[in-house]
Amino acid sequence: MRFLLIIPTVFILVTTVFWLMRATGDPITAALGGKLTAAQLAERVHAAGYDRPILVQYVEYLGNVFRGDFGTTLSDNRPVLEVLTTYGTATLELTVYAVIVALVLGIPLGMVAAYFRDRWPDAVLRVWAIVAYATPVFFAGLLLKLVFSVGLGWLPVAGRVSTSGEIAIRRAGGTSGFMLIDAIRTGDPAVVGDVLQHAALPATALGLLTAGVFLRLVRTNMIGTLGREYVGAARSRGVRERRLVTSHAWRPALIPIITVVGLQIALLLVGAVLTETTFEWRGLGFQLAQYLQARDFVAVQGIVALIAVVVAVTNFLVDVIAALVDPRVRY
Amino acid sequence: MAEVLSTGPVGTAAAAPSHDPWYRRLPVVRQLRQAVGLQRGMLVAGLTLTVLFVLVAVLAPLLAPYGYSQLRSGDVVFGAQQPPSAEHWLGTTVGGYDVLSRVVYGAQTALLVVVAGIIASFVLGVLLGLLAGYLGGWVDRVLVLVADAIYAFPSLLLAILGAIVISKGQSNLWGGIGATALSITVVFIPQYLRVVRAEVLRVKGEAFVDAARVIGTRNGRIMTRHVLRNSVRTLPLIVTLNASESILTLAGLGFLGFGIEPTQAAEWGYDLQRSIADVTSGIWWTSVFPGVAIVLVALGVTLMGESLNDLADPRLRSRVRSTTSPAVEPVEAEPVETVETTPEAGA
Repeated sequence: MRFLLIIPTVFILVTTVFWLMRATGDPITAALGGKLTAAQLAERVHAAGYDRPILVQYVEYLGNVFRGDFGTTLSDNRPVLEVLTTYGTATLELTVYAVIVALVLGIPLGMVAAYFRDRWPDAVLRVWAIVAYATPVFFAGLLLKLVFSVGLGWLPVAGRVSTSGEIAIRRAGGTSGFMLIDAIRTGDPAVVGDVLQHAALPATALGLLTAGVFLRLVRTNMIGTLGREYVGAARSRGVRERRLVTSHAWRPALIPIITVVGLQIALLLVGAVLTETTFEWRGLGFQLAQYLQARDFVAVQGIVALIAVVVAVTNFLVDVIAALVDPRVRY
Repeated sequence: MAEVLSTGPVGTAAAAPSHDPWYRRLPVVRQLRQAVGLQRGMLVAGLTLTVLFVLVAVLAPLLAPYGYSQLRSGDVVFGAQQPPSAEHWLGTTVGGYDVLSRVVYGAQTALLVVVAGIIASFVLGVLLGLLAGYLGGWVDRVLVLVADAIYAFPSLLLAILGAIVISKGQSNLWGGIGATALSITVVFIPQYLRVVRAEVLRVKGEAFVDAARVIGTRNGRIMTRHVLRNSVRTLPLIVTLNASESILTLAGLGFLGFGIEPTQAAEWGYDLQRSIADVTSGIWWTSVFPGVAIVLVALGVTLMGESLNDLADPRLRSRVRSTTSPAVEPVEAEPVETVETTPEAGA
């Protein structure tokens, strides 16, 4: 029964976004107020139907959203849904890279910290994890850029692909929106390398934060499982310490990771908004910042509502998976 | 959210012996005495950074060499993007402001936002949690449902919505601070609500509450006098964890251009946004210093919260001085329990 809660949750989120956005006025006045005369403004507002009772607009909005119509942006006159699908893939790609960076760094380092509990490797890693948490992703991004792009000149400063790579991808007819898949489809290793080089810094900036969270989580749970009887039993059978960590204790320690990955998706999406701005990675976040600056609140409303729903659905799926994996979790 | 998550951080440190003088039983002081080794180091470092931050914020007008929106001293214009020099220790920004002064005044803005946001969310969250836990029934169900939905909402996005609602995205000092503080309030209310609710549910079943009801005490008095006082033990932890998240949310808002106008107040996130282009041309001082300021403040508060959190969890407390507080291994350690106490990283 608990699973049905996803429906009211999505409903509450969409409703909250609508009422918050419309609490103070209509988007046309917000975008164009001061640029047009009062009469012109009233005409535009009337044409768009924003002068009708707010409840009527709300019901209409819910109906439209239900049919997948999120409205049309004011600044560049595109359907919000098209914006979402065009740029959503770029954000998804960045988020996937970041999760990979986080898992590859966070889980082994967390095991190391647990294994060396209260000794210096543990101390260093835990302080590092806290520093990673305290560093805003955009500042981490700027620092990485300063060092690796500007200082050392190893990696590109911004964007998802260089111009020549983009031409090659266009020629090969890549349209999936996932740069790496399109690059692989061209069959040219240089293009693939180019795309990966562009992804390296944004993925690291975004993934470091989550790596710190994973590190601490794995450490805590690993310490818990290392104290269990079956680990003690294995130890008394003469299993070596290293093997205890790598083959006995880690599996139960990873169950909470599943739950936390879900919670982290929310943060990664928000982090992606900021990282994309830092690296001019043309995804949803970059567009959101653009629309915010253009005061295009129809677009903002659509993007924010979409991200909120994606997060809610992810959390829901994570709950389901956690229940399947861990028999102790019951609803 | 999974049912296991709603229990909140449980198992606070063993109660201090009651013969200790009152000042030793204060939240932070007690843990400071309890901590050993690395945990003590982290707690001390966190406290030092936090105190330093508050001092800089309060004394900003005395410490900063120039005003945060000052462009010239006397007849001499500062100039844009000047490297660090004797006049401008940390250089000047692309807008021609003194970086050091803006970093110092930025502490003031950050402190105002965090304090306002935390007080508001604390009061409202505790109140709602008390109502939900004590009254139960549909009030409880509605409050928990809404809190869960908001909890799932990415905090920065909620903050963006808040900023649009309050100031239509055009922020003067109080509009910007109000918008950010209010957004932070909304984001954190669910956390206080969940924790207090769980505690209230536990306390409500205790015999002394029944006793109070039997002698005819009114609901309001039972709630405030008997239940509330016994339900807020774990909150100092959440306050510290939230403080760092609100610093990062404020910076994130500023970075997206929703911060406070440079003429109204200094804000680190805004300055960082303005420095993106500088970085590409190798101008490092406009981004590094405000960024380091954010990291240090968030680090200080996080270190403090982290070590308090670890000290409250017997499984994580360092085991060196085990005579005062024997690290009892819980009979059935539930790894999932730690999920909530792991601070979710902010922007």
